[in-house]
This record gives sequence, structure tokens and C-alpha cells, in this order.
Amino acid sequence: MLYPSLFFVVVEWALFLLRLFYVGEKMAQVLTQFDTIAAISTPIGEGGISIVRLSGEDAVAIANKLFKGADLTKVPSHTIHYGHIVDPKTKDVVDETMVSVLRAPKTFTREDMVEINCHGGMIVTNDILQLLLANGARMADPGEFTKRAFMNGRIDLTQAESVMDIVRAKTDKSRQVAMTQLAGGLLDKIRTMRQELLDTMAHEEVNIDYPEYDMDDLTSQEMKKKAEEVSKQIDQLLKTAQEGKIIRNGLATAIVGRPNVGKSSLLNYLTQDDKAIVTDIAGTTRDTLEEYVSVKGVPLKLIDTAGIHHTEDKVEKIGVERSKKAIAEADLVLLLLDASQDLTDEDKNLLNLTANKKRIIILNKQDLGTKISQEMIREITDNPIIVTSILKQENMDALENAIEQLFFSGIENSQNQILVTNQRQAGLLAKAKQSLEDVVNGIDDAMPLDLVQIDLKNAWDTLGEITGESAPDELITQLFSQFCLGK
Amino acid sequence: MKTYESNEYDVIVVGAGHAGVEAALASARMGEKTLLLTINLDMVAFMPCNPSVGGPAKGTVVREIDALGGEMGKNIDATYIQMRMLNTGKGPAVRALRAQADKWQYHERMKDTIENEPNLTLRQAVADELIVEDGVCKGLITNTGAKYYAKSVVLTTGTAARGKIIIGELAYSSGPNNSLPSVKLPENLEKLGFKLRRFKTGTPPRVDGNTIDYSKTQEEPGDKEPRHFSYTSKDSDYLEDQMSCYMTYTNTVTHDIIRANLDRAPMFSGVIKGVGPRYCPSIEDKVVRFADKDRHQIFLEPEGRHTKEIYVGDFSTSMPEEVQLKMLHSVAGLEKAELMRPGYAIEYDVIEPWQLKHTLETKNIKHLFTAGQMNGTSGYEEAAGQGLIAGINAALSAQNKPGFTLQRDEAYIGVLIDDLVTKGTNEPYRLLTSRAEYRLLLRHDNADLRLTEKGHELGLISEDRYKEFQDKKQAISQAMEAIKKVTIHPTDEVQEYLASVKQDRLNTGVSGADFLKRPRVTFDAVEKLSGETLATDRYVKEQVEIALKYEGYIKKEKTLVDRLHRLESKKIPVDIDYNAIPSLATEARQKFEKIRPESIAQAERISGVNPADLAILTAYIQQGRIAKVKNK
Repeated sequence: MLYPSLFFVVVEWALFLLRLFYVGEKMAQVLTQFDTIAAISTPIGEGGISIVRLSGEDAVAIANKLFKGADLTKVPSHTIHYGHIVDPKTKDVVDETMVSVLRAPKTFTREDMVEINCHGGMIVTNDILQLLLANGARMADPGEFTKRAFMNGRIDLTQAESVMDIVRAKTDKSRQVAMTQLAGGLLDKIRTMRQELLDTMAHEEVNIDYPEYDMDDLTSQEMKKKAEEVSKQIDQLLKTAQEGKIIRNGLATAIVGRPNVGKSSLLNYLTQDDKAIVTDIAGTTRDTLEEYVSVKGVPLKLIDTAGIHHTEDKVEKIGVERSKKAIAEADLVLLLLDASQDLTDEDKNLLNLTANKKRIIILNKQDLGTKISQEMIREITDNPIIVTSILKQENMDALENAIEQLFFSGIENSQNQILVTNQRQAGLLAKAKQSLEDVVNGIDDAMPLDLVQIDLKNAWDTLGEITGESAPDELITQLFSQFCLGK
Repeated sequence: MKTYESNEYDVIVVGAGHAGVEAALASARMGEKTLLLTINLDMVAFMPCNPSVGGPAKGTVVREIDALGGEMGKNIDATYIQMRMLNTGKGPAVRALRAQADKWQYHERMKDTIENEPNLTLRQAVADELIVEDGVCKGLITNTGAKYYAKSVVLTTGTAARGKIIIGELAYSSGPNNSLPSVKLPENLEKLGFKLRRFKTGTPPRVDGNTIDYSKTQEEPGDKEPRHFSYTSKDSDYLEDQMSCYMTYTNTVTHDIIRANLDRAPMFSGVIKGVGPRYCPSIEDKVVRFADKDRHQIFLEPEGRHTKEIYVGDFSTSMPEEVQLKMLHSVAGLEKAELMRPGYAIEYDVIEPWQLKHTLETKNIKHLFTAGQMNGTSGYEEAAGQGLIAGINAALSAQNKPGFTLQRDEAYIGVLIDDLVTKGTNEPYRLLTSRAEYRLLLRHDNADLRLTEKGHELGLISEDRYKEFQDKKQAISQAMEAIKKVTIHPTDEVQEYLASVKQDRLNTGVSGADFLKRPRVTFDAVEKLSGETLATDRYVKEQVEIALKYEGYIKKEKTLVDRLHRLESKKIPVDIDYNAIPSLATEARQKFEKIRPESIAQAERISGVNPADLAILTAYIQQGRIAKVKNK
């Protein structure tokens, strides 16, 4: 009896998985809805305390297997407990921790949750995660906690996405943007656009369903105008998508220049951290890969900061290769030149390598002499040029302003700025825009408005997907509140 | 009342309004011995409100009824006094026929059809009580004590169920148009566990046409070009001598009279408790809700060829008669109009439609069906469409055959019934084209192509008619092939034609199909310019033209339909226990429990159900299946 039933189980699962192909991402989440997930929820490498988080039916039981202290399965909800994480196999103590037990439904995901606050660095935190995974938890997909919160009806999709962004926000600016969204900034903007489309649709629908009434016909030009207007608004949001992405991830910034030109000094200035040793001998700095800083609210992810000090290594080649790699990755290049010395071949080489990047050229050490003048560089490029002495912190404001201007040019830098900060939103906005372009094309091809309406409705539906809201009969309700109809 | 054993039937239909007559005819035509009971034999297929059939969405329903072998299309084609095509300036998806009916002839012809239908008995009686045994409906008992047994029963009580007419301060128990109300049956339904609620509708006053000054109104004549509701009607029968309607307006004086008397308006004084429709408000409702409008349209519609009674359309009111008179006399053209019948509001019981399956069988009592206005709709066409489906299913259930349903992408009738059983309704439900997600597929012109096959399978379409339908289908595909093969060359004549329709010149020869795709180019032009006859029937040409011209949009809707079909194929087990699903939101749980959707697609359409609930439900069903297999 066992084998046939096993066979059926396998077949059922195969069928189930096949079905998943048809219903896409939404259902793929469902497949794993009922298991327990774990993840490190603080950024890797930051902070003295890290948090490992669990969510799901077995969250408490799994944590309890590793925890030496109170019996977590018996403690009240929303309490925090001191104890040690112990590897159940080796009985080795991994770390000293504080563990919070949060039972459903009053949790972020509306599932049982456990948060392990550990003191160790990356390695210890990772060890704890691995132990949880070995004891029945599954590694969470990126953002899965938030997805679960959404799946459990905790927050709407825009809010969920903003929560993710908040978690990752590296600077005050990011947090503000994320907060605005959470409070419904993007939501409001999209609602307004949807309402505009809805009014237009209702106007067309009323002419269709009540042809005998002498209501003004919606002209094709009116519909076209509305489609173009909303399309333009979407465009503006999409333009911010680029900035939004930057705000979430930090703007990848490479500091380049030949050895001893002042890269470390600039790095130190930007990180406002005087622990790094600044000497005349290059290559004396900490061995970290990247560093997040905020310049006038623009988040910068300084890439290959170790490399900045390695360029005078014995093997010069490695330094150049490293620079090239950093330049390739960078959204912004800060190119340093030594103003007190003549332009070298290496300088020229770096100028060439970065010619197509957004860059700011910094003429450093101007206090030591002016062999390279601003005018000389101006002949080569239109990029902003800052003349400074980083060590003496002269003219650093100009540098900060240049960075700010470069990336917020053309965008009002008000605190209420609505930015589209993730790919899903940007994708749906682009789709809605496409539908609106179809509306315009349809009208230009003299298609009847009730057909063009198909695309208008698609745009409206797609915008609705961004917020995850759906209200059936929205259009019908609009119809009857906007127009006077009767028998 | 002492009862007596009367005859046995396969199907009994209660009520002979627009739903009841379709139900009874369908059942009888499917070979079932059918009894049709009506409270008043003189009101078979009566139009207690506006004397017209059709309009956007509704007109398409009539075409669908016809394609399925129903009677409404034929009946109106035989008794109209005016025919108009609406929305001719718009796309093919929303064009709609509307006819002004001679409401007396309409009634007489339908009654005659029923009387001459084999297998069908028409009788005057009031149904008081259902015979229900072990959750199965076995028949009913009438007010005269007759006990009828049947395999299936269809209820179509219209506005008669505990009907109450209200005119100002006057209120009395009555069915539509002062007929007998049905009082005991709704009580019986409540006892059987059905949830009923009160709805309200109304009708405007009728005036004597001899006392109207038409010179102050605007004439609205019928169309010259012949068009019909039934696919079987012939152009040669098209009515030349049509009657006109007339349009006039209310004015600020009318509105002042209404405002001054609002305290006597039952709608506002709290006398009326039933919920009225948003789309069919009384004139007092309109004046209050749209206070900034200083005039409202009024349509003067003849009630028939041999009567002077004029229906004052869009002037529905339940004001006291005294006020109605003042209101009427303030309107241009009606200054001296003699009132013949006052307008009234009517309150009545409806069954909450979520208690029904898509077959219109009740979920709680087997072999019992309900249709029409008692399911919460408004409109003759909506009633007839449901009646047809209920009658078909009553016959099928009498034959122990599986039910017949229409999907949202197949017919407006499918949209209507799905909306009712999935969402319920908080007001009398009217079909609108905007309720259909796929209206480009649900066109007025292709109802036969969508449904004739089904009607034939059910035995409601004769072989002769089916043969004609097959010929038409073949002619369409032949014309489609032919127009793709024919070439239009850049001749002077072609360039001249293109200029006349504001199109760019042709550089090289193109196929007739590609040529037709250009804006404003017609099928006839392709034939003329190519010198070839591609089709003879104008309806065949129309199909080819629509299919080619709107190909892109049709494709878009079909993509949506594909998604619908995938979700529709995900069936929810009938015995599912929603309380056993842990993470469902309470609102979703309650709604699922109440509506008991049949598929994930239907579950998705329930209001208040969010994607999370849907995802959880789907996952649960999948897991449930796996668990069941494991237990084996």
C-alpha cells in the first residue's frame, strides 16, 4: 500500500509544481507559505549587534533547540530573554544573546517570530543562522518577511516595499523617502492618477450605456489629452526611479587617482573617520571593501576603498587593474589630480578611462602650487572641477555641492519628493505608460473610443497593481456618482 | 385550505413575467411536461414599466436569448412600433438595438405562443407553499388548494412577493400594476431558511397622448435601415410605419415643486425602506442628488399602437398624486396633460442571490430554481436571460443531467448571473456594458456565433436554423480567406478613395485584408476596388470587417480570457471547510463561507477578498489534495 500512495504524492506534487508555472510569482510564495524562514536582518558588517530573525509556525520551537536559558516554548509572547546559543551537536557555546519571542498575530508577519540579538560579528551571526537552518528553518528569500506580512494582509504592497527599503536605507535621505512612501506618498500619487483615468473612463462609459442622454460626448481629443497627461506624470515618476534606486543602494562611487594624490584623505574626509592613517606613504588603510557615506543627503557607496590605498603596491599592474574595475562599477567617479605637479601619463590615462562616466575632477594640493590649472582641465572636459586642498579642508563645500547637484539636477530636492525606489514599481509604471501610449496610438488610428478604452482600463488596472489595492465595481460606482441617470 | 392532489409535471414555473415565460418555454421545448402558473392570465409577459426592449448590454442579452432558442427576440420583432440602433458612432462592441414595444401586443403574442406550445400548460393560480422533502423540492401548493408534484420548480415572483405600492401618503399591498401580491410564498421561503431582503423600484405616470402639445417637444423617429433582434427575422418584415417618441425637459419650476414637497415624498420621509437602484432614480431623487442641474430629460413613449397612453420616461416618482399633477404640468408640452395612471414606487422581497448556484438552482434546496427580478435584478431583458437559464437547468435537472452555465467571456447572461451569485447585489441590478470585462468579445453582432451551438446541443435550436447558422459560419471563413488573397493595387481609383477617407496613398499593392485594416476603409470598398465579390450577406461582411479591423484589441481581450480560463479551471472542493484554513482574514473567511465559490476565478471576484486570501486558499486546496492522497 505504501508504494502506490507515495507514487500519488509524487505525482500530485509534480502537478502542483507544474501549475505554479501558470500562476507565477504570487503562488510561488504560497508554496512556502507555511514553513519557517530565517535571515540575518541587520546589514552585514555593520553595527556591534546583529539580529537573526525567524518567522513561521516553528519559529519558537526551532530557536528553543539552540537556546540555553528559559524554555522559549513556555514564555509569554512579546518578552525578551537572556541566554546562550549553543550548537546542539557539539554543545559549543556560539554566542551570548538576547532572544525575543513574539507570537502571532501581533507581529510583523502575523506569524510566530523570534529575534535573536547577538553580539558577535559577521562570522558568529552567520554561524547562528546556519544552526537555525540546520534545525528546520529555511533561508528566507530577499524580502520574504515583508512578503509574508503582505500575504497575511498586514500591509499593502506599496507599504511592504517601502518597509524593505527602510531596512536597507543607508542615509537620512533614504529614510525620508521611504517614510514618505510608507505614509502613502506614492500611494497618493498613484491614486490621483487612477482617479483621473477613472473619471475619463466613466465619462466614456456613460455615453455608451446611456446613449439617449444629452450628456456631452467625450471627444477623442479629450481622451488623448488625458492619456498624455497621465503618461507625463508617470514619466516623472519613472525619472525618479533612477534616483530611487540610488537612494536604496547608495550611489556607487569610485575614488581614483594615481598614488599619493590624496585618495585616502578624501575617503577619510567623506567617512569623517580619523582612524585611518594618513601619511605620505600610500597603502596604509583598513582593509574594507566598501563604505557608505552621506553627502548632503546623497548616499554614496564608496567602492573598493581598500584598493584606494593599494595602488602603490609593488606590482603596479594590480593597482591599475583594480582602478579599472572600480571605474567600471561606478555610477560616479571622483578623479583626483595633483595640482602641484605636471599632468602625468597615468593622469591622462585615468582621464581617458573615466571620460564616459559621471565624474567630478578634483584638483588637490592646490596649496602646494598650481602646475595644473582649472582652465587646462576645462579644455579637456565639461565635468565639474573642484580646486581644493583636502588635507586643509579647503573648498570642500564646493565638492559636496557638486555631488548633490550632479544627481538631483532637474529634480526638486524637497523632502516631499516622491521617488520610485524599486524595480517592481518601476516596471508596472512602465507598463501603464505603454498602455497609455496605446491609447494615443489607437486614437491616432481613428479607433472607436470604446475600444481605446481597453488600453485605458489596462493602464488603470496596472496602476492599481502597484498599490495592491483592488476595488470591484469602482467604475460603476464612479458612473453613478458622477452622472445623473434614470428612467 | 383543504388541499387536493392535482397533476404531476416535470417542471413547474411560478410567474409568467419575462423570466417565467422564457423558463417555461425552454423547459417545454426541451421535452419536459411543464406547468406555468401566473397570478393573472392577463399579465403574461406584461411590461409594467417602460414599453421598450433592448439598449446597451440589454439588447445584446436579447440577441443571446435568441441564439439560445429563447422567445424574447422573436416576440419583440413581431410587436415593436419603433426600432433604433444606438451607439452607431461607436465601436462594434457597444452598438445596441432598442425597440419601442406595443406592450399589449407583446403580451398577447407571448401568451399565444405559450398557449400553442406542446408540453406547456398555462394556468392562473397563486403559489403559496413549496413541497420540500429532505432538502429537495418536490412541488407546490396553490391558494386554491391544488397540490402539484414536479421534478423541478422555478420561482419567478418579480415584484409581487409581498409587494407594496406607495404613492405619497398612500400605501397598499399590491403586485405590479395593481395585481395581486404574493404573500404566503415569501413567508414560506423564509421558513425554508432563505434570506430575503426588500428592494424598491418605481414607475412614472402615464398621460393621455391627446393632451400633449408635441410642438414643444423634440421628435425621435425610428431607423430606416432594417434591423432585428432575432437572427431568424427577415428584412422584408421590417416595419415601415413606425411610431415616434418625443423628448422634453423638466425645468426649475418642476424642481421647485419637487423641493417644496419633499416632506411628502416617501423616498425621503422614510416611508420607503427598500433599496432603490442608483441607475434608475426617481425624479425627486435626481433633483436632490444633482441639485446643480437645472433640467432633466424626459422621454414620451407610446405604450402601444392602439392606446393613447403615453409613458413619461425618466419621470419615475412616488410623490402624492396632487404633486405629480403639478410636476407634470410644469413641463413643456405637458401643461395640459391629463394624468391616466399616477407613478408609484413598489417595494418587494428579493432573495439574496448568493444563495444560488450559477445554474440558478438554490444551494440549500435541490431542484428549486429562482430567476428574474426576485434575484435582485431590474429590467425585462435581465429577467428573461435568467429565466431561460433557470428553465434550461430545471429541465436538465428533471432529466438528471448536469447543469448548463455560461461564462463571463461567453455571454452577458454569464456576466449577469456570475455577478449575482458571486457579489450579490445591494440594489436592483442592471446590466451595463462596463460590467463585462470582455465586451469586445460579447458583441451584439456575434451572439449567434457565440451561442447557437450551445442552443442546438440543448435542443432549443431547430435543425433548419442550425443549418443556416453553419452556412453563415462557412461564408465568414470563406470571405476571410478571399479578402486575404485579393490584391488592391495603387491605381488612381484606389488613391482617390484613400484620399476621400483621409488615408495615405498606397505605394505598392496590398492584400484586401491589410487594406481593410486602414481606418475608415470598408469591406464594400475592398470589393469595389478589387472588382471581386467576396461575400453577399451583409452580416458576413460585418464579421470579417470587425475581425480584421479590431484584431489587435480582440487579441488583448483573448489574452485576458486565457488567464480567466486558467483560474476557472482551479476548482474549489464543494465540501471545503473554511474554518480549517488558519491564515484567512476573517472577512474573506465569512465571504467564502457565504458564497462558497466554485473556482479560484470566482473567489477572486468576490469583493473584500485580497490576493493574500486567494493565495492562501489556493495553497490550502493544493495541500488538501496532497493530504487526502496521503491518507489513502
